[in-house]
Amino acid sequence: MAISAVSATTLREAPPPRRQRLLEDERWLAFVLLVPTIVLLGMFIAYPFIRGILLSVTNSRVGMPGDFVGLANFYKIFNDGIFRTSVYNTFVYTGVTTVFKLALGLWLAMLLNRNFHGKAFTRAFILLPFIIPTVLSTFAWKWMFDPTFSVLNWLLYHFGLITGRINWLGDPDLAMISIIIVNIWRGVPFFAISLLAGLQTISPELNEAAAIDGAKPWQRFWHITWPLLLPVTMVVVLFSVIQTFADFQIVYVMTGGGPANATHLFATYAYQIAIGTGLLSEGAAIALAMFPVLFLVVIIQLLYIRRVEVR
Amino acid sequence: MGQVVLKGINKFYESVHAVKDVNLQIRDKEFVVFVGPSGCGKTTTLRMIAGLEAISSGDISIDGNVINTLAPMDRDIAMVFQNYALYPHMSVYDNMAFGLKMRKFERPEIEKRVREAADILGIGELLKRKPRQLSGGQRQRVALGRAIVRHPRVFLFDEPLSNLDAKLRVQMRVELKKLHLRLGTTAIYVTHDQVEAMTLGDRVVVMKDGVVQQVGEPLELYNQPANKFVAGFIGSPAMNFAAVTVTEAGGSLIAENSGLRIKLPDEIAQRLRGHIGREVILGVRPEDLTVAGSADLDHPCFDAVIEVVEQLGSEILLDMKVGESIMVASVEPTARVRVADKLRVAMRPSRLHVFDAQTEAAI
Repeated sequence: MAISAVSATTLREAPPPRRQRLLEDERWLAFVLLVPTIVLLGMFIAYPFIRGILLSVTNSRVGMPGDFVGLANFYKIFNDGIFRTSVYNTFVYTGVTTVFKLALGLWLAMLLNRNFHGKAFTRAFILLPFIIPTVLSTFAWKWMFDPTFSVLNWLLYHFGLITGRINWLGDPDLAMISIIIVNIWRGVPFFAISLLAGLQTISPELNEAAAIDGAKPWQRFWHITWPLLLPVTMVVVLFSVIQTFADFQIVYVMTGGGPANATHLFATYAYQIAIGTGLLSEGAAIALAMFPVLFLVVIIQLLYIRRVEVR
Repeated sequence: MGQVVLKGINKFYESVHAVKDVNLQIRDKEFVVFVGPSGCGKTTTLRMIAGLEAISSGDISIDGNVINTLAPMDRDIAMVFQNYALYPHMSVYDNMAFGLKMRKFERPEIEKRVREAADILGIGELLKRKPRQLSGGQRQRVALGRAIVRHPRVFLFDEPLSNLDAKLRVQMRVELKKLHLRLGTTAIYVTHDQVEAMTLGDRVVVMKDGVVQQVGEPLELYNQPANKFVAGFIGSPAMNFAAVTVTEAGGSLIAENSGLRIKLPDEIAQRLRGHIGREVILGVRPEDLTVAGSADLDHPCFDAVIEVVEQLGSEILLDMKVGESIMVASVEPTARVRVADKLRVAMRPSRLHVFDAQTEAAI
């Protein structure tokens, strides 16, 4: 009965319009659904990327289209002392901050994973450095590191730890340490919250079973928690490394790459050369020099994550 | 040895009194089952014995030593969890060996013990696999193996079979029983399934709302329940209850309500002398109800109308309307009965239970 009723209605209805029939075809439907993504990715990622590559092999400047010069720009920057410093800085900056962010983030996540009063509030509070616009919070930090008005100096002075002012952002090494501190401060919440989410997927029974099996707290961490958290940790580290490697805001606001170009990273130096000096092609070459490193990092970590997940 | 004594154990969670004054002596080699509905405190009690939950007051001792403040690892116990709690990143072998490695056993000894346990449980083939690659029953065996290799004084089981399907559960139940007979280690087992409790336990502890209702051997609980709760919880299908008023007529006691009027047998009547004119609860198990025949003339009888007939093959369950209430009778599979039939039902007089209407304690 039901079947005959259905076919009767279908027969009576007019055939669907052509447009609708096209969408019935899965290949067309898939294409239509993909279009917005393709357009967005193409406009904002693929086009600038290709444009950057094209720029880097010309000698174009602001207001001058320029001609094809091959790899001359790359040759030039590899012989540039400031570029070398930026490369070194970027690696130090990324390496040191990632280690600290991971260690502190994991420690915070383990603390937050316990039961205590005001847990929800604390968890939300921890996210603050991550939520505040980076430029704003970095300006606040800049004031704290200011040689004259530094609250840090004031504190250290009043605790009797220093006798004179420390010129945080005026000394190359201290400036580097300062921006590293700010980056760690800003990045820890992301690690803490992501790792906390990872910790919460680990059944508490596993830790209880291990406790009964005779594992002491640090053994439980090492044999149970850490291996089970590893896939999440790798993803978080991957994201963080990519972001830190290409970081711009903190350095730009805190030191502007100074003193004497001592704290430039890839991104800030590329900006200074391309926009500040107007050497668009050279700036593009500097920015592109980041690409192979990031590409390698991504490949290695994705392979590793897959291996861990298959395990 | 593995003698466990609970003395005045209490557990408070902020304002909730989860376990109330539990006293229990568990003998060496005994298999004791804690049974009760969810939230009755049975698992909390087990976790206090394991050391996973702090004891609010009271003492727990194993072989005479109070273990209240000992860490779980120092209590010489092994626990099997409801969700198995196998380490997902370790092979079956490593799962079983973990406890021994943590206790710094020599490698050959670890290997010997794991092999031994694997042989007992029939999982020798699976040692290289990861928990993910195992079926529910196999995982359960690995969890058991992890407990066995340690040769502990006491095994603790927290609803270990509840994640298995019905058929496997019955099979594993039998194996657990065999395993206990073979190893002879004291076992404390928590379940909400009264069939598991009855079949596995040397003794069964029935709990409700944090209070121990009755402790006894399975048949003792079945035949002499201490109160209405135990009577209703143990046995399937559950015992029938009817609120009745006790009256005296012609020297014998009568129990009656709107649909029921029966003369109480002498043995019960004696116990109810003090309750004349008062309400009590009458309890009778489905299998103690029969379709009245000529042999049952002197048994207490009542009229009923069949509402549902459940054919189980080995027996027939009859859901009957008796006055305002529903009663279930389990009758011979040969009985010829149909829905809406009117029946005369007889009770086996020696199997009647009576409970106080207020306290629900057995009279």
